[in-house]
Amino acid sequence: MQINIILAGVGGQGILTIAAVIDLAALQSGLIVRQAEVHGMSQRGGAVQSHLRIADQEIYSDLIAEGTADLILSVEPLEALRYLPFLASEGRIVTSTDLFINMQGYPAMEHIHAELHRTNRPVLVNAAELARKAGSPRTSNMVMLGAAAPFTGLASQELEASIEKLFRAKGAEIVAMNIRAFRTGQALSQHQATET
Amino acid sequence: MDKQLLLGAEAIALGALDAGISGVYAYPGTPSTEITEYIQKNKHGHEQPVRSTWSANEKTAYEAALGMSYAGKRALVCMKHVGLNVAADPFINSAITGVNGGLVVAVADDPSMHSSQNEQDSRVYGKFAMVPVVEPASQQELYDATRYAFDLSESVQLPVLLRLTTRLAHSRAGVKSSATRIQNPLNALYAPERFVLMPQNARRQYNNLLGMQDRLEELSEHSSLNRLVPGKGKNGVLAFGIAFNYVMEVRQAFGLDFPILKIGHYPLPKKQIEAFFNTCETILVAEEGYPVYEELLRGYFGLQNDKQIRGRLDGTLPRAGELNADRVAHALGVTKKEVMPVPSIMVNRPPELCKGCGHRDLYEALNTVMSSCKEQHVFSDIGCYTLGALAPYNAIHTCVDMGASITMAKGAADAGLRPAVAVIGDSTFTHSGMTGLLDAINDRTSLTVIIADNDTTAMTGGQDSSANGSKILAICRGLGVEEAHLRTIIPLKSHLAENIAVLQEEINWDGVSVVIAVRECIETAARKKRNPAANA
Repeated sequence: MQINIILAGVGGQGILTIAAVIDLAALQSGLIVRQAEVHGMSQRGGAVQSHLRIADQEIYSDLIAEGTADLILSVEPLEALRYLPFLASEGRIVTSTDLFINMQGYPAMEHIHAELHRTNRPVLVNAAELARKAGSPRTSNMVMLGAAAPFTGLASQELEASIEKLFRAKGAEIVAMNIRAFRTGQALSQHQATET
Repeated sequence: MDKQLLLGAEAIALGALDAGISGVYAYPGTPSTEITEYIQKNKHGHEQPVRSTWSANEKTAYEAALGMSYAGKRALVCMKHVGLNVAADPFINSAITGVNGGLVVAVADDPSMHSSQNEQDSRVYGKFAMVPVVEPASQQELYDATRYAFDLSESVQLPVLLRLTTRLAHSRAGVKSSATRIQNPLNALYAPERFVLMPQNARRQYNNLLGMQDRLEELSEHSSLNRLVPGKGKNGVLAFGIAFNYVMEVRQAFGLDFPILKIGHYPLPKKQIEAFFNTCETILVAEEGYPVYEELLRGYFGLQNDKQIRGRLDGTLPRAGELNADRVAHALGVTKKEVMPVPSIMVNRPPELCKGCGHRDLYEALNTVMSSCKEQHVFSDIGCYTLGALAPYNAIHTCVDMGASITMAKGAADAGLRPAVAVIGDSTFTHSGMTGLLDAINDRTSLTVIIADNDTTAMTGGQDSSANGSKILAICRGLGVEEAHLRTIIPLKSHLAENIAVLQEEINWDGVSVVIAVRECIETAARKKRNPAANA
């Protein structure tokens, strides 16, 4: 078993929190993890990504090879497209549809949609809205993780246990809200993972 | 013990703590910063105290580490690759004096220049100084090699350079640690014949260093960091450091079985390489960084000893930039399936100054003043404020090395450029700006230095600066800046008119003036609010 995940977003959007939950769940499942992340200059509002690899055997490269990502999990729709060369032909994109525009020439949303729909059954998530319903806009990353969960190869109980562990210090209420957000996302995509 | 998920940088930190260091010395620099940060956060789990405050720059860090080693204790010194340029003087000379307690210098290179101005390869420095270099390939190897490097340093009485690159520093993997070694006792070495590098001593010490090279090579021959992965066929790969991972990835993914000689300990194990070459007809040399050893193995005139050597120099691998599995697969002639292209609608998303950052207000004021000048050159430096070079500000026009804003502006002023304006951050000023300002004062240069004091080393994640606020004022006064031309402004939108006036006056003044723009980094302020204990 080997799952290659590219996490994408804009510096400051918190993709490393998503990575931390997946890392922990994979470790708890007895799997091997390699996760490359970006620190430094691009964290200031630039494009950021993290390569996350999970396997039951030794992983050599910290980076995912082109055409071998099983999942691109993006918290911003344009950023999902930036890493298309990495996506395997059967790989899936799970992306938030919430735009983050901080540069010139941001493409029209219909063009982004058209490109996303060229890929294998993309899962589009109105994360901000779902997060608000879960209790706070700050949980949108957990909505996205929930939507991506069926494609990670990890059991959702393990992912929820990791969310619990990572947010425990912030109190039971925050934990419950993030679990709620996770489940909202998962409910949205569950059927899209199973239908063929 | 269970495995912990650690960044490569953190694996070094844990390895050093477990190796019994008494101190870590460093100046922040991507991708090396997390080594020291990990020690600052985790040293209390270890029984004996470990000194870990940030140093003013890499040179002061290195010299202090050498002093700790002189006193008999183990010291780690960390920096990014360009930091070793700053620390090159003590580094090279500490190979001549030798060390007492273990001294390991962890240097993080940045191939592909993710956060740097060049991609220089620190292995060249290791070779230049003639000290052992270790270059681990995985997070676990980083932990193990750090511990080993301290033992090695004490056994050969030389500093050991531990080289890693961004990719390994900033990626996580499970790391297994072992029991912590107790720290060395204080045991200062009275050895003026080694440490007073007057010519007579230096010549003898240098000859000792030359005489040790065979022994260092012999140690490499038996290092677990250098090992053969047996295989079939006459096409072998010599894989250095992290390049080994990409080669193994390709070998596994495509079901190949070529032989690999993994290199992670220098000087090169000549016998192992010779034996490997004897079994191969062609050798791909995969180095993460410069083709340092490819060039050496080819020979200066390209003579290849009847072997076909391939690598970065003949275009088999790209000459510049970080390696990856795709580049290695291409070099090995493995055909890749078609992949989706990046859509043509894609646009770049460059980094930017944070919304609400004081640098934005400073640049707005400065741009207003500069727009009325005939010559509009602003010399600047390395930090978040470097982002002022990008749109919409385009406010600065140079960024070369730490501290170069003041000195380049001074030289341009000497050449007759008016106005000569420099923008430098608080941390960069104490790193390498103060001496340049002293030059300008001694020369009565017509120069305006703007110190953007945001109370932190922001770009690398908000580490403490060596000086800010009143301390910077005192430094400027002490260096001889006239009180009337030592001004403080607050870069806020509401102060814009006042700030423009102050900058205009000082830029008009024919002499050295310093304008300190004081406003805390919004990221640091927010972090303090979230976690008040961090203030302590």
